[in-house]
Amino acid sequence: MTFFWVLAIALIATAVFTVTQRSPVHSVVGLLANFVVLATLYLTLNAEFIFVMQIIVYAGAILVLFVFVISLLSAGTGPFSEGPNRMPRALVPAALVALTGFGFLIYGLARGPLGILPPHVATSHPGEVGQSGVFGSVADFGVALFSTHLLPFEITAFILMVAVIGVVVLAGDAALAPTRGHHVRRRTQEREAIVKAER
Amino acid sequence: MPLWLFVVIKSALVLFVVVTTFAYAMLAERKVLAWMQLRPGPNRVGPWGLLQPAADAAKMLFKEDLTPATADSLIYRLAPWISMITAMGVFAVIPFSESSSGLWSIGDVNAGILFVFSLTSLGVYGISLAGWSSGSKFPLLGSLRSTAQMISYELAMTLSVVGVLILAGTTSLAGIVHAQNKLWFVIPQFLGFIIYVITAVAETNRAPFDLVEAETELVGGFHTEYSGLRFGLFFIAEYLNMITVSCIATLLFFGGWNPLFGLSVIPGIVWFVLKVGFVIFIYIWLRATLPRLRYDRLMAFGWQVLLPLATLNLMATAAIVAWKG
Repeated sequence: MTFFWVLAIALIATAVFTVTQRSPVHSVVGLLANFVVLATLYLTLNAEFIFVMQIIVYAGAILVLFVFVISLLSAGTGPFSEGPNRMPRALVPAALVALTGFGFLIYGLARGPLGILPPHVATSHPGEVGQSGVFGSVADFGVALFSTHLLPFEITAFILMVAVIGVVVLAGDAALAPTRGHHVRRRTQEREAIVKAER
Repeated sequence: MPLWLFVVIKSALVLFVVVTTFAYAMLAERKVLAWMQLRPGPNRVGPWGLLQPAADAAKMLFKEDLTPATADSLIYRLAPWISMITAMGVFAVIPFSESSSGLWSIGDVNAGILFVFSLTSLGVYGISLAGWSSGSKFPLLGSLRSTAQMISYELAMTLSVVGVLILAGTTSLAGIVHAQNKLWFVIPQFLGFIIYVITAVAETNRAPFDLVEAETELVGGFHTEYSGLRFGLFFIAEYLNMITVSCIATLLFFGGWNPLFGLSVIPGIVWFVLKVGFVIFIYIWLRATLPRLRYDRLMAFGWQVLLPLATLNLMATAAIVAWKG
């Protein structure tokens, strides 16, 4: 339980750090710390596979792209300190949304016993981290993913693929897309230019 | 003895051994490179140059530690530590020899190989943040290159390893070694092994994939502005990563501590060290032999050759395992 409180406070602290920084790269570092702390929280819940996936997918892949884009686009631009203060206008809606969400949480927790799930709902018993065949282990996760939850898994994969195709359609410029013939043509043009220059 | 004390003592021991290995891996690299280029190599400090790492460390300690005026000082200071900690953390789950009581590894984690990948995937932050926070041109270019390169090659690297996981039926590193008692996975997974070696070189930013710090075009790449101890941290992290990928190659493809020719008289740890040394030698050999790749070729090779090959290897392995039942 002590672990939980330490991690919970660290989680909130890193989240606050993330949103209060003026420099976007500082925010990314705060978010990175946040992901790592969240992953550690999963580990204390015996969900080691989720721990690893949280780090590989979110910290190791998605956030790297954040850093990549930020350092590519914002190199040399100032921090977000200029411009009008948008806080007063957003304050009331933000507080409303936060209170509603918090209310639902409290309501949900107050209805059931304070434990998250009654133990008989879990298909396997929680055990030591590092054991196989217990709640949260890789084998257990895999079986659940490819049997009970196969359809949601495939639907998620399909949605993600649609999103990727959408990005290509929206961002891709068909006229500029290089083809094999394009390269050959360009090489010919370059060669002709060199030949002309030599003459 | 309480468990935590046992773990702390083992961690300290592993840290000591790993850092010593780093020092002598560096000396070995300089010596072997020199011999391959018909030079004597470092031979002034101590007999046969054996005290060279100590001299280098002393030099590194006494150098002035500079921070450029344009640098983002918080991130600039943080970045070397991210590299260092992620490089060292991996050794927490690597088993060095056969042990039923968990004597030869700090923690035998069920998802061991996944833990290794999760930590190495964080290593890219050290380099990309260092390049960004230096506040100058060449480090930024170097770090952008490295981020793109590491993301691209990580994919093929992970896919090349999944074949081994399917054959072994476990993600525990000790379990994978046990599955190789009869046959090392380098034989049934030869394609996977080749892809792993190539991508591992790219992941650790070593020649011929060292575009990140290509000195002829980028001065020093991401660590151009770093000096003294902070540069030393990057340097150590790079070598530790090399040792890590060599350990993983040994565990996944060369049967870990399983003896060669049935020579089980020699203890497992000796076999493990010999095999890791062999893989490190291949690394040095590659560096001495091959020229650096061009950047567009590197990316095209990763996405158009290695990734499809790794996918093919994975699907073929899965099909064969499923067919055999």
